[in-house]
Amino acid sequence: MLAVLFVIVAACLAAPLYASRIAHTDPFSSNIRGTTLVDGKQVPVMQSQTGGLGLGVTPIGPTWDPGHYLLGADEQGRDVAARLLYGGRNSLLIGVSSAAICCFLATLIGLVAGFFGGLLDGVLSRLLDIVWAFPVYLLAISLSVVLISQGIDLGFMTITAGSPWLPVFIIGLVFVPYVARPIRGQVQSLREKEFVEAAIGLGASNVRLIFSEVLPNVVTSVIVFLPLMVAVNMLTESALSFLSIGVQPPDASWGTIILDGQQLIYTRPWVAIAPGVAIALTVLALNVFGDGVRDALDPRAKLR
Amino acid sequence: MVSFLARRIASMVFVLFSISVLVFVIFFATPGVDPAARIAGRNASQETLAAVRHDFGFDRPLPVQYGIMMRKLFISRDLTSFVNRGVAVIPQVTEAAPVTFSLVLGAAVIWVIAAIVVGVAAAVFRGTIIDPVLMILGLIGISMPVFWLGEVVNLVTQNRLHDSVFSWVPPLGYVPFTSDPWMWFKAMVVPWFVLATTYAGLYGRVLRSALLETQGEDYVRTARAKGLSERRVLIRHTLRTSLIVVVSLFGLDFGALVGGSALLAEVVFGLQGVGKLTYDSLQNLDLPVIMACVMYAAFFVVVANALVDLVYAWLDPRVRHA
Repeated sequence: MLAVLFVIVAACLAAPLYASRIAHTDPFSSNIRGTTLVDGKQVPVMQSQTGGLGLGVTPIGPTWDPGHYLLGADEQGRDVAARLLYGGRNSLLIGVSSAAICCFLATLIGLVAGFFGGLLDGVLSRLLDIVWAFPVYLLAISLSVVLISQGIDLGFMTITAGSPWLPVFIIGLVFVPYVARPIRGQVQSLREKEFVEAAIGLGASNVRLIFSEVLPNVVTSVIVFLPLMVAVNMLTESALSFLSIGVQPPDASWGTIILDGQQLIYTRPWVAIAPGVAIALTVLALNVFGDGVRDALDPRAKLR
Repeated sequence: MVSFLARRIASMVFVLFSISVLVFVIFFATPGVDPAARIAGRNASQETLAAVRHDFGFDRPLPVQYGIMMRKLFISRDLTSFVNRGVAVIPQVTEAAPVTFSLVLGAAVIWVIAAIVVGVAAAVFRGTIIDPVLMILGLIGISMPVFWLGEVVNLVTQNRLHDSVFSWVPPLGYVPFTSDPWMWFKAMVVPWFVLATTYAGLYGRVLRSALLETQGEDYVRTARAKGLSERRVLIRHTLRTSLIVVVSLFGLDFGALVGGSALLAEVVFGLQGVGKLTYDSLQNLDLPVIMACVMYAAFFVVVANALVDLVYAWLDPRVRHA
């Protein structure tokens, strides 16, 4: 069972790496007048409709032939299979990097708030509470709607409008309280432990206490959170992209392909089905993997 | 208990206030965001922009703008939309709310029942193949994006099998309960199941682990030692305490969903609920509507939070004095 799942994880995670070998067409430029080879015959990618009034065109359906529109084309004649693989790159990139940002910020806030306590803790905890009281999706959507059309200047770095880094930062930020609150609690209880007192007795500075006494003890929790956050973040990314406020065209992600496929759902359902299956499998594998990591590192952890 | 209540309410008001400020800041003070430019449309001249700014009060200091908006929203209750000028905001929310309530309530009933069945079955049949199969099914439910599941289910019920098995499914959209309860039910059944899938999986898994944890408790052993039947131990002793965990999750999720997190399901099933209203207003940068929707959403989330805390305090007196 676990072996099978591991293969799925590996295949999903590595998919973008071999994408360029499988995809023979450019996944980002439209190919409305092109043709492709099916059963040794050249057929147009966009086929005239035979039913009804005979007006309009329908993209080619799945040919089940790798290299020649395996999963058919979308409404712009682009190879869905190729877009799926390249889109997976973005989905995974956003999932992983936003989880990394989220866990980094959450650890930092959790450490500072839990260790120093007092006013600082009060302010930080209140902030986390406020962000947490906001429905996560609504916050992510609000930020995306405002920022996606004009980008943001953070001072130390500028993210241009439509950049895939915007969803990365937004998703990373909105889930910070989810990770930071349990970590803060852990740091609070660790602070009272004897080994920390011993280190204080030896004259250790605050920086040293935080980084060499407390941090190593919360690192396992952070590691336990990581795969689960990647899973949650990938779902959030797909939702944002589905609402057209995540990854922007011509870039693709699994969410945007589902959005493209929505118009073709009754005629060419595979355009929308395939990326959804990809998301579900990847998230499933990440969840199983995350459960395994938790059981291995921290059997008593209580995660949702 | 009274002081606990008072503290809780004070913190609720504080959180609601902070959220309103946060939203206001996101939409008005983010550098580069100009609601006037959105309202005036593309390529508007400088004069038009200035006129719009003055007209909507964007040229006044931010705290004043915030104050005016809050007064119109809560006190005079005559806040109107920026985009559809003259359309009052509050009726829009109250019209959308029943749609969302119908969706979330029905889904909640389904997911709670499904979760109890799944969780109890998995815990009872631990060690057999049933347990891991149920848990993997639950995990699959959690892993599917709800909007995608909705699309696929639409494909099946509205198109592929619409001529046979699913001929009873009405076209997408909402039918008010008051006008035709049976149509309302038929229109909502599919969205209910789709929305419930994720939560059924999640709660089933949570309930199973809570059940397994409680099974090791002393009072469960005592109950067994008294000679109670396994079924009675399970229902009266193990399940009862395990449900506390689920209750707290339920409060938060229900609040968030009623508050607009059901947005994706609403979009896919063409339901004009609060989530859809929020999303449309966000796309138009229609700040008054956004503000009303967000306050409405935050209200439910905060109330749900407070209720969960109250239930906890009621169940566990130690929390009251924390």
